[in-house]
Amino acid sequence: MNSKALELWVGIFVAAGVAALAMLAFKVGNLSTVEVQDAYTIKGRFDNIGGLKVKAPVTMAGVRIGRVADISFDNSRYQAVVSMSIDGRYQKIPNDTSASILTSGLLGEQYVGLEVGGAEEFLKNGDSLQLTQSALVLEKMIGQFLYSQASKDK
Amino acid sequence: MITRPFEQLGAWSMARVARLGQAALFLFELLVLSWRLPSRFGPAARKAFRLIMHQLYSVGVLTLIIIVVSSAFVGMVLGLQGYNTLVDFGAESSLGLLVALSLTRELGPVVTALLFAGRAGSALTAEIGLMKATEQLAGMEMMAVNPMTRVIAPRFVAGCISLPLLAAIFTAIGVLGGHFVGVVQLGVDEGVFWSQMQAGVDFYDDVMNGMLKGVVFGFVVSWIAVFEGYDAVPTSAGVSAATTRTVVSSSLAVLGLDFILTALTLVEV
Repeated sequence: MNSKALELWVGIFVAAGVAALAMLAFKVGNLSTVEVQDAYTIKGRFDNIGGLKVKAPVTMAGVRIGRVADISFDNSRYQAVVSMSIDGRYQKIPNDTSASILTSGLLGEQYVGLEVGGAEEFLKNGDSLQLTQSALVLEKMIGQFLYSQASKDK
Repeated sequence: MITRPFEQLGAWSMARVARLGQAALFLFELLVLSWRLPSRFGPAARKAFRLIMHQLYSVGVLTLIIIVVSSAFVGMVLGLQGYNTLVDFGAESSLGLLVALSLTRELGPVVTALLFAGRAGSALTAEIGLMKATEQLAGMEMMAVNPMTRVIAPRFVAGCISLPLLAAIFTAIGVLGGHFVGVVQLGVDEGVFWSQMQAGVDFYDDVMNGMLKGVVFGFVVSWIAVFEGYDAVPTSAGVSAATTRTVVSSSLAVLGLDFILTALTLVEV
């Protein structure tokens, strides 16, 4: 085989490899979905975060507007502190907005849902949400349900 | 004597350790020479480039066919098996995610490395071993050409470059194979197939992790292949044994390293 054809084949091989990697990045992976930009951070205190994980989505009206940046434990108030990075495009979130931890589907992953408030003032970087609702723990619900059934039977 | 088995065990262990040491010294020399290959200037650099180009053809391009065919089948089998399992739980919409995650994280780099060891690694060992058996390497040394620079380093570099590229191609074609079975044949919704995949596959954690495995496997398989060739007993039986050892030890190394790399990268709270 002459060296022109050989170089051509090697070129095709390398190009195919790079194209495959690009496909993996943009079509298979999440590189094409826009990441959170110019983020600002807000915090929320929860009594129980259930199975919430770092990087879980933060949504408002079902639309993803940010992600959970950090989860830590406040030892003085015995609560979980969830830091959320919110996309800089969404500046006008009222400061009496409430957060609840929800589950997508019955067994899906958990995420933070923000419920809009009515205040005139907007949340700024580092602000805390005042109203939060903990995750629903399925075992507790089943337990309560069984108790209520048992008391009804008497 | 009662100590005889222990003596044998000791001799065997010492031989293993000595061989490992030889392989490590060989690797050190190889790395130094490989580093020097492109950093020279003028005609020498062009010559090195041409040598690597030739090896990229025989190591990379000629392995492409087996990679493309087997990845298409692996992807299609994953699609079929995954669909049949997931449909029982009504979760066939996650088929794309299942296929993509298994391929990017594990099957892409690992199966590519195993096929590469069988297709290209064995050929490298046999070629170098035969060069040694026919005293071509000694002949080069007589002409003041270092066979490490002329023969071995270009093959090693080409192997290191080829395997990650082949792994990327394997993964991409495998996903398309899964798409063919899942969407075209079994009727999973096209949009759901891709969107679930994109929601679940992280570029850095999954795709780049798989590529990292490809780089590590490429390094190890190429190292084993050229070392076994260079170290082969220069007879027909010796070259045949070296080729067998290449395939066996690189397959074992790939599978063992895969476990270690997976354990290292998945340990996160």
